Amino acid sequence: MIRTLSALFAGLVFGAGIAISGMANPAKVLSFFDVAGVWDPSLAFVMGGALIVTAIGYHFVLRRPQPLFDRTFHLPSARNIDPALIAGSAVFGVGWGITGFCPGGAIPALGLGEADALLFVGSMLGGIAAARLARHAMAVRTQSDAA
Amino acid sequence: MTEFTPLASLLGGALIGVAAVLLMAFHGRIAGMTGILSGLLPPFSNDWTWRAAFIAGAIAAPALIIAIAGEPVIPFESAVPAPWLVIGGLIVGIGVYFGSGCTSGHGVCGLARVSPRSIAATLTFMASTALTVFIVRHLLGGF
Repeated sequence: MIRTLSALFAGLVFGAGIAISGMANPAKVLSFFDVAGVWDPSLAFVMGGALIVTAIGYHFVLRRPQPLFDRTFHLPSARNIDPALIAGSAVFGVGWGITGFCPGGAIPALGLGEADALLFVGSMLGGIAAARLARHAMAVRTQSDAA
Repeated sequence: MTEFTPLASLLGGALIGVAAVLLMAFHGRIAGMTGILSGLLPPFSNDWTWRAAFIAGAIAAPALIIAIAGEPVIPFESAVPAPWLVIGGLIVGIGVYFGSGCTSGHGVCGLARVSPRSIAATLTFMASTALTVFIVRHLLGGF
């Protein structure tokens, strides 16, 4: 119960931060990237504020032996900068630039009751699911090639 | 055209940071929306409860803010036509899956850990997004 409630609380703080910062507003996000047009630098303040707090907070939290409600910290173990990371990130930017929605902005935007957010999130989940299936199929093919 | 909001954006950003630190302190998890969502899609992982709770909180917060304020205080504007929202959504989903993260996972949590992968990913998607916005708005005339 405390595990679920603590995650719910963290989610509430996250959603409030996204809403107050303007990240749930696609027009504002697109204005940040429109340096050649109606540039609105607000997004730099969102990233800056989030980064400073996270860097300082992680510094203290990650010195503890374990998190409060789990046995270990689940930190990404991959180290190499591979083509999938760069290509995937470049592709993500195309979709973000077309719509103004990124995953962390779109999920809280659902709470605003906006149909645009729902349409985007539904399609995004379809994209993630399709990508997982494709990677699974590629892995199976690689295995059978090796055998 | 949107209004420059340095204070609200800084405060909101700081709250995003607090949420990331809380999720790490409570569950030892990166507050990356891509990773959290992926575990909620089939095949389901056995740790879906904290993921679903985090997502529920993230959706509920803006609704609560509006309910408490009694008026629509959270600005939302989108001029993107529905077919492009669908195409853009699919592109974002595929990109963040193969790129192992998005703005929250790489751009906030990863940069805070000074992860070389996250630095490379963030530089790539920020550049790609800016280039796409330039092409859509200034070469194609926008929506």
